[in-house]
Amino acid sequence: MLADKDRIFRNLYGFHDSGLDGARRRGAWDGTKFFIDKGHDWIINEVKASGLRGRGGAGFPTGLKWSFMPKNDPRPSYLVVNADESEPGSCKDREILRHDPHLLIEGILLASFSMRAHSCYIYFRGEYIRERERFQRAVDEAYGAKLIGRGNVHGWDLDIIVHHGGGAYICGEETALIESIEGKKGQPRLKPPFPAGCGLYGAPTTVNNVESIAVVPDILRRGASWFGSLGKPNNTGTKLFQISGHVERPCVVEEEMGIPLKELLEKHAGGVRGGWNNLLAVIPGGSSVPCITADVCDEMTMDFDALSKAKSGLGTAAIIVMDKSTDIIKAISRISYFYKHESCGQCTPCREGCGWMWRVMERMVKGDARKAEIDLLFDVSKQVEGHTICALGDAAAWPVQGLIRNFRGVMEDRIDQRQKALKEAAE
Amino acid sequence: MAVRRLHPDQPQTFEFTPENLAWAQATISKYPPGKEASAVLPVLWRAQEQHDGWLPEPAIRVVAEMLGMAYIRVYEVATFYTMFQLAPVGKRAHVQVCGTTPCMLRGAEDLIKVCKSRIHSEPHHLSADGAFSWEEVECLGSCANAPMVQIWKDTYEDLTPESFAAVLEGLAKGESPKPGSQIGRTASCPIGGPTTLTDATLFDASSIGAWKKRFDEAEATVATIGVANPAATVAAAPAPAPAATATSPAGPVAQSTTPAEAVAATGGAATSGAPGETGGYAGQSGALAAVGADNGPPLPAKPQLLDAPRDGKGDDLGLIWGVGDKLHEKLNQMGIWHFSQIADWTPAEVAWFEAEMQGFKGRVERDKWIEQCRKLATGWRPENEAGERPKG
Ligand code: FES
Repeated sequence: MLADKDRIFRNLYGFHDSGLDGARRRGAWDGTKFFIDKGHDWIINEVKASGLRGRGGAGFPTGLKWSFMPKNDPRPSYLVVNADESEPGSCKDREILRHDPHLLIEGILLASFSMRAHSCYIYFRGEYIRERERFQRAVDEAYGAKLIGRGNVHGWDLDIIVHHGGGAYICGEETALIESIEGKKGQPRLKPPFPAGCGLYGAPTTVNNVESIAVVPDILRRGASWFGSLGKPNNTGTKLFQISGHVERPCVVEEEMGIPLKELLEKHAGGVRGGWNNLLAVIPGGSSVPCITADVCDEMTMDFDALSKAKSGLGTAAIIVMDKSTDIIKAISRISYFYKHESCGQCTPCREGCGWMWRVMERMVKGDARKAEIDLLFDVSKQVEGHTICALGDAAAWPVQGLIRNFRGVMEDRIDQRQKALKEAAE
Repeated sequence: MAVRRLHPDQPQTFEFTPENLAWAQATISKYPPGKEASAVLPVLWRAQEQHDGWLPEPAIRVVAEMLGMAYIRVYEVATFYTMFQLAPVGKRAHVQVCGTTPCMLRGAEDLIKVCKSRIHSEPHHLSADGAFSWEEVECLGSCANAPMVQIWKDTYEDLTPESFAAVLEGLAKGESPKPGSQIGRTASCPIGGPTTLTDATLFDASSIGAWKKRFDEAEATVATIGVANPAATVAAAPAPAPAATATSPAGPVAQSTTPAEAVAATGGAATSGAPGETGGYAGQSGALAAVGADNGPPLPAKPQLLDAPRDGKGDDLGLIWGVGDKLHEKLNQMGIWHFSQIADWTPAEVAWFEAEMQGFKGRVERDKWIEQCRKLATGWRPENEAGERPKG
């Protein structure tokens, strides 16, 4: 288990003062000027060397992403922080925003400086109203203490603009998020050009997840090698895990990357409801990743590589636990409904495919289908996957594919049962 | 995609109150000149708040004019984002029940039943007294406190049908029920108390300034080297010590005359890494420094070798600068498959390896294999397939 002293989010649950004084007592805003004086590239290189991979789901190396920003560009550069946390199962950024906002603000300053940005926009999902209010207070405090703003004590001018979203999952996609800040519908852009070349207001932009930015100050304070020594090769550092569903004590907790799933659930979440043997399946990384079955869970570790090897993914590390009482077809069908609801409607395979998959899934829940339709469903999901501008199409396809791969038998049984019931009723 | 249309019955006009107008103007000024459209979401939202929780059509016109946007652009924003309510909602409460899978698994459907019986059988309809309305929404980002609802700005979490009904009762009576967990949890902390963050030293300010240590140590190393034997830095280059060449910052240490100084200097380097390097990877030359610390070459010791790569797949050792295909193959034959194996080598193991490979003396250090492998083991990858030439 990760030692307390190695945890970054020391006020995760808000037991302590989330204001500036409290944050400082826990070590925030300490040495910030020193790191800035070391220069833009020093910071980027430390973050690269730490092995930090983006915490928003895709797991792209953060330092590498930063290094894509042009160095001598006449246009302004922007950092955009993605606080549009809406992947079902995910509820970690919320805790950072309301309980440890100063870690994020300090990270924003360091990241903005490293990419030569003087403005940072942070995009809050619309429903995080209290979180936004709380964060705004922390930003005001930081301005007041001259930690950010023009002529601040760190010698790098920085404005933080707290922006308000409208409750659309798709705005978590970085180019949709940029469109949304520009005052448009959140529909993803075709790439290239990538945001680093042409992002917000046509200027170089990097979009990062809240957690990715908030861990940066501690990486610099404690050293890239400290962060790199936690977790596993290629999967370094600590991670906020979010445990929901059928466990005794659902929670958010910071642990080491690569922690065994079973250990994570048993140490922090009180274990699976009814015991480990009562486990049916787990969605390990938020609704978009395929579920894994109980037997796979026995040995699974929670990191990018192990989970992708198991044909699933770490995603946002939102673990949705389902015990044997779960109607797994219904659980996945509700996810299909989610994607149907959240598709932005721009690409035909996604707009039409998500609705179609959901309708067929609803019939599968009742068993009101033919067995050949299971293959058809799989086939259609493959038509959607990879044929859309953004990854929402993939995200809608994967849960369905995971269900068919792992629980085809359950789906067939459901169909048989219904056939039998119909036959009996007819007799 | 949800199909959303404006309500058939609309008021004739909409006007911001003076306070809200001032607020809207301040909000618009947060964005760069010419980018006023960026304020469309917050300004529409303020209009909705002012108008009893739903957005009337005239407000769309007012906002379009204010921001210099085409009416249709604001219209499409209002209909795209589901937080905008396009029909009247309950005056006391518009209840948004999260129905997505994590909440569903913990009983969201029972909460919806409460809405149906207590408010209206259909979503987006007013209760008989006009005080309540409800809708099912998608994940609200509180899944570890499922099931939950949002009412206006606040969330009510860890609900049961009973506690949810009690919240609604309270609201009906004009009270303000306490938001957050309804079973007394603090945020997303596990019930019964935290399993982490119990070490009191995290909160007593004792960590302030701790970060300086590794930089001070790095500096001390430089200072010791300089003071102990200023000439050594120069002298080291033409006459390298057997095990430590001048390429390592710790190299000159091997030349220093008193063992105490050598130990002090290398001790610092071993924990804090090379001083003054850009992109310094802390601890990068720790093992190398230790090579120099000894007065004689270390006794060779066999490092850990593997019969086969872990998980059946070895790392691409060719990514180490200075390792080509031939050498890659040789390493594999010896049982070296992973960056992490090399990253952990002690000086004695380096000595064993170099003895094993003929004509290899000093190369591991010269090419900074250990430093490279530590970096590679974190998942970092060089831009060039041949590896990244170590600095210094
Ligand atoms: S699923 Fe209900 S809050 Fe996430």
